[in-house]
Amino acid sequence: MTTGSADPVEAVGVAPAADPGFLQRYGATIEYILIPGAALVGALATFGLFVALFGKNPLDLYFYMYQGAFGTWFSWQNTLTRAAPLILTALCTALPAQLGMVIIGGEGALLIGALSATSVALAMPWASPLVVQTAMVCAGVIGGGLWITLAGALRQYRGVNETISSLLLVYIGLAVLNHLVEGAMRDPASLNKPSTREIGAANMIGSIPGTDVHWGLAFGLVAAFASYILIYHTVFGFSARVAGGNIRAAKIVGLGVNKLILTICFLAGGAAGIAGMVEVAAVQGRTNANLAAGYGFTGILVAFLARHNPLAIIPVAILLGGISASGGLLQRRLGLPDASVLVLQGIIFVFVLASDALYGRIGFLKGKS
Amino acid sequence: MADGSLGLWTVPLAVFGGAIRVSTPFLFVSLGECITERSGRINLGLEGTLVMGAMSAYGISYLSGSPWLGVLAAGITGAMLGALHAGICSLPRVNDIAVGIALMLFGTGLAFYLGKPLIEPTAARLPAIDFGWWSDVPQVRAALRINVLFLIGIALAPILYWAFKTTRWGLLIRTAGESSDAARAMGYSVLAIRLRATMVGGFLSGIGGSFLSLFYPGSWNEGLSSGQGITAVALVIFARWDPMLCLWASLAFGGAAALGPALQSVGVTSGYHLFNAAPYILTLAIMIITCSPKRTLTGAPAELSITR
Repeated sequence: MTTGSADPVEAVGVAPAADPGFLQRYGATIEYILIPGAALVGALATFGLFVALFGKNPLDLYFYMYQGAFGTWFSWQNTLTRAAPLILTALCTALPAQLGMVIIGGEGALLIGALSATSVALAMPWASPLVVQTAMVCAGVIGGGLWITLAGALRQYRGVNETISSLLLVYIGLAVLNHLVEGAMRDPASLNKPSTREIGAANMIGSIPGTDVHWGLAFGLVAAFASYILIYHTVFGFSARVAGGNIRAAKIVGLGVNKLILTICFLAGGAAGIAGMVEVAAVQGRTNANLAAGYGFTGILVAFLARHNPLAIIPVAILLGGISASGGLLQRRLGLPDASVLVLQGIIFVFVLASDALYGRIGFLKGKS
Repeated sequence: MADGSLGLWTVPLAVFGGAIRVSTPFLFVSLGECITERSGRINLGLEGTLVMGAMSAYGISYLSGSPWLGVLAAGITGAMLGALHAGICSLPRVNDIAVGIALMLFGTGLAFYLGKPLIEPTAARLPAIDFGWWSDVPQVRAALRINVLFLIGIALAPILYWAFKTTRWGLLIRTAGESSDAARAMGYSVLAIRLRATMVGGFLSGIGGSFLSLFYPGSWNEGLSSGQGITAVALVIFARWDPMLCLWASLAFGGAAALGPALQSVGVTSGYHLFNAAPYILTLAIMIITCSPKRTLTGAPAELSITR
């Protein structure tokens, strides 16, 4: 596979007004939209070639992908429902990235968050739904948050690489979930698919009025906006970005780097933990192995594609949610295996990373300082 | 108790047998990653390479009827994924860890896509050599059914150790890993060295994957590897980039991974999933014990992004 060599050509084709002042102000922003966009187009083209090898028509592929993702109100709702956990798990990678850490354990935090939220809900059957739901959110944040804080603490106090430890924690989290779901927390009535007891219909968070999209989307949007404000408009976020840029400088000016890392990791894991809570309280109604649906891993891709910007995560998550929503239609209409969504995600990821080489090299954008 | 004759001795025996049987993929991936990391680059994508290797080995073995052709195909697939990793990493400002994550997702996705029709059919499997002929106890015989790949892996470790130490290629790889400037000053292309090192690493990991689908567990399905590739990458770190230590660590890991099924066979089923997670917990524990925030790890290639 060539790695996006056609992209600069394409990028030059859509040149805006060649006013140097305009480019100086917005050149970087244009780059941040243009280059990932070009990478996306390149990835879609490659995927089209890939399915063409299997005798499918690429144009059909694009049509059904659009149809399944954004073609009808039904597919929009499906897309948005899938985008909700993706926003939250993407934050799990994007927030630590501000500090220069690569955390890829969102899936584990999601599972632990779901498990904690379910445990809390099952422990208080007497409480009113609002109390239960609030407790579930808190439990999800704390469970997921502590899970990723563990990876952050191991890096900070023991020098353990956080990428590897957070991924190992995914497998450990899945084992803990399976252990509890098939043991202590198992609902005796769940025979084929071991599950916990249900949290009860009254405690489900339900859909946004007028849609089938559950409230998880609102959680995701709020978390993304809050993260944006935290990172770009508070002193805390500023210190985090300083520490991410130059850890020694941060220490010299007296920033508490340990505290920064632990707090950011807690917030990151907390976001993924809410994703788990939402999956329980809006979709599954209980905890079982279905929760390990790969949202945590797709979230990594969303974060990288959005260049770890919390606001950019929202449209990217909707896009990736759309791709996974179209998987069903591709399976039915084109007979593609369900893993084709994974292949496309992988290709996009590869293209996006390769396109990193293009920043600052596009001729007409050189006007910026 | 499942069998009366051996009683609880079944467990250490099964762990021993597991150390031999389960360790082979760990061994191949960690030796491959050892070569790659010594050249100054980390390839986290070996998880994907392992699964792709398993799938392509199974597919080729099914189509051709020859498992050894499958092993070769797995190696070539791995080398191609390695070349892809190295190719993208050689572009300016591209982070090798991120590329590894991308290839991990890409490799598993592609393997699931292409491997869909392979879940049903049965492919020709790799033969085993019976080292337990002297024993009458079936468990001992089962534990000593050893695959040739394991023996190759065991032989490979000291060969690599020797090659790193004395050969021209070993020295070049180490130079590229310790100081790319030095390698460049000597007139060698660091990118070309790393490309080859990553391809060889991918080749070995692919072979490790072929062991999974063609010998143990010996079938192709989507749950074949869950994190064995990434565990092996972590294993290289605490094996201090030393092929011989990789060998011992792989054996220990194989034993740990065999603990769950072994305990289940004697009727201990309660903590099954937790025992299955033993390799991951062990990896994490060993990393916690051996890493330090104060100093870089001894033996770490200076150019490696993970230790900086």
